[in-house]
Amino acid sequence: MTEAPNGRTEAAGATSSASSGEYLLETRGLKMHFPIKAGVLKRTVGHVKAVDGVDLQVRQGETLGLVGESGCGKSTLARLILRLLEPTAGEVVFEGENILGYDRKRMLRVRRDMQIIFQDPYASLNPRMTVGNIIAEPLKTHDIGGSSGERKRRVQELLEIVGLNPEHYNRYPHEFSGGQRQRIGVARAVALNPKLIICDEPVSALDVSIQAQVVNLLQDLQKEFGLTYVFIAHDLSVVKHISDRVAVMYLGKIAEISDRKGLYAEPRHPYTNALLSAIPVPDPEKERARRRVVLAGDVPSPANPPSGCNFHTRCPRVREYCKEHVPPLIPQEKNGGAEAGESPDHRASCFFPVLEGQRIDERAESTPYRVSER
Amino acid sequence: MVDQPRGMTDLRADGAMGPGEAAAEGYGKVEGRTQKQIVWRRFKRHKLAIAGGLVLLLIYVAALATPVIAPYEYDESDFTAINQGPSADHPMGTDRLGRDELTRVLYGGRVSLVVGLGVGTFVTLIGGIVGLLSGYYGRRVDTALAGLMDFVLVLPFLPVLLVLGSIFQFSAFTITFVIALLLWPRMARIVRGQVLSIRNQDYVQAAKAIGVSDVRIAFRHVLPNVVGIMVVEATLVVAQAILIETAVSYLGLGIQPPTPSWGNMLEDSRTTMTTQWWLTWFPGLMIVLTALCVNFLGDGLRDALDPKAVE
Repeated sequence: MTEAPNGRTEAAGATSSASSGEYLLETRGLKMHFPIKAGVLKRTVGHVKAVDGVDLQVRQGETLGLVGESGCGKSTLARLILRLLEPTAGEVVFEGENILGYDRKRMLRVRRDMQIIFQDPYASLNPRMTVGNIIAEPLKTHDIGGSSGERKRRVQELLEIVGLNPEHYNRYPHEFSGGQRQRIGVARAVALNPKLIICDEPVSALDVSIQAQVVNLLQDLQKEFGLTYVFIAHDLSVVKHISDRVAVMYLGKIAEISDRKGLYAEPRHPYTNALLSAIPVPDPEKERARRRVVLAGDVPSPANPPSGCNFHTRCPRVREYCKEHVPPLIPQEKNGGAEAGESPDHRASCFFPVLEGQRIDERAESTPYRVSER
Repeated sequence: MVDQPRGMTDLRADGAMGPGEAAAEGYGKVEGRTQKQIVWRRFKRHKLAIAGGLVLLLIYVAALATPVIAPYEYDESDFTAINQGPSADHPMGTDRLGRDELTRVLYGGRVSLVVGLGVGTFVTLIGGIVGLLSGYYGRRVDTALAGLMDFVLVLPFLPVLLVLGSIFQFSAFTITFVIALLLWPRMARIVRGQVLSIRNQDYVQAAKAIGVSDVRIAFRHVLPNVVGIMVVEATLVVAQAILIETAVSYLGLGIQPPTPSWGNMLEDSRTTMTTQWWLTWFPGLMIVLTALCVNFLGDGLRDALDPKAVE
């Protein structure tokens, strides 16, 4: 497979990405507030702030991991990017253009370039359609692939690419295992040769042994077709394996974002520290000695998020200041102090980040970290 | 991934089918069998449904051919043979006016079957469309349509039918229409509920992400997943409609004598049930038989249309 799957010329792809600047995808202040309706008259009595102001940049060809507890808004964010949900506020900028204002026709064109892979391989395939029809649907919708015979060949080719038997064209989804079904979902997503694929927890529902296969498949496809991924997961190890950069979400906001190395080696946000400390070590000696940060309480309700920093209710380093002020995403220094310099890529929304050599439950310095300069 | 048992595939391709056929079903030849063939194969396994379908077909053919095959006229009286039990001349006996019971059962069947099939079709169409719209579009459309459904659902069934019957003088067609108008909301509700849950399924989301149009999503993704439940409900409706027509005719406000319907024949025989049993039993049995067959057929269709049904 050297040719692009849908035969789109490389030149066309190059010109469009040249005009888009540095990022393939950007979200600016993206918000999704679901109204809570109550009473007979269905009056809106509040909002669930599922996504509450997310700025995210995704570079061409990279994999951005997105982690966070369930209910933190990861999947909602994915659906907002794809316009499966219309956001309350903010922009989704794809290849330099805000796609939120797009009409049906222009949106259809964009949909060729961004696809999604779902978490549950049992719910994401229509049980009444054959695998062939499922994978052919994007081709039909966008009128690609010519005659039905050519389209069928193309579908069989896709089946082969994702490691399935092309002869299984006429089978129904329930005749496949979970991992195989996920491969079908992958085939459907790459059928249009998109630039961006949002992977919404693509391996969370799979057996551990199958997870590796699917992750490897995704990586192979990325290399082969130059795909860009937003990889949503709650398994930090998987994210570490696949991502170039990682963003941590908490309660609808980005808590910390960094390149992979920075985030795993030098987590600055107390929440990131807590998450990382929860990864078990497969060595009993080390595991016993490992210090874990156990956060107290539950995630607050997104219908009524805490004031100030939304993590302050559970933060071991909380100060009065945090309860009143909302921390922006502040660029963080690399380990080694001020000489090592500030990394614009490593940002955390915390006034009192966990610095080198500090323990998370250690009291932070008395002045909010670098806030005065901002 | 899964390896094909090649040998079996080849065997099947050669047309050599044997005891292994059922086993080969799941893994065997993949190409060449169309959707229709698959559905038909599964339907054939459902013996009761096949039997029900055949009997129903027979009843329908008989109803269609009634003017030809009926031994007498439905209003032809033979006063020399009043209230006779089954005999060679009158296989189902005669009634108090000396009319041939077999002839009347045949003619009565025409009414019942028109009503049953007619109501079934109407209800499936109206209920299906309303349910689909209401569930898929939600919001205002849903509020309006759900209100309408609730309104029709709370109408007391028999009184409405009886009042309308006393005003209009039901014929087979008008009673079909009225029963359908009263029965569609239940179908609509069932479809709506199903659509509501399917609408949020990931595969519908995936279709939206691909850019599939609403109409196509409704017909390719939503409708096929509702069809099974619609078929079952439709068969229940057919049986129910036949029984309702019977009930209304029994109460004297349905199809008016001398035109026979199974309902008014039952009503006719009410007082003589113990002495002239054949006047009650034959139309009664036909009602039960038809309703049963329709239900069996529905079961079979539902299973055949469901790709997940166990082979």
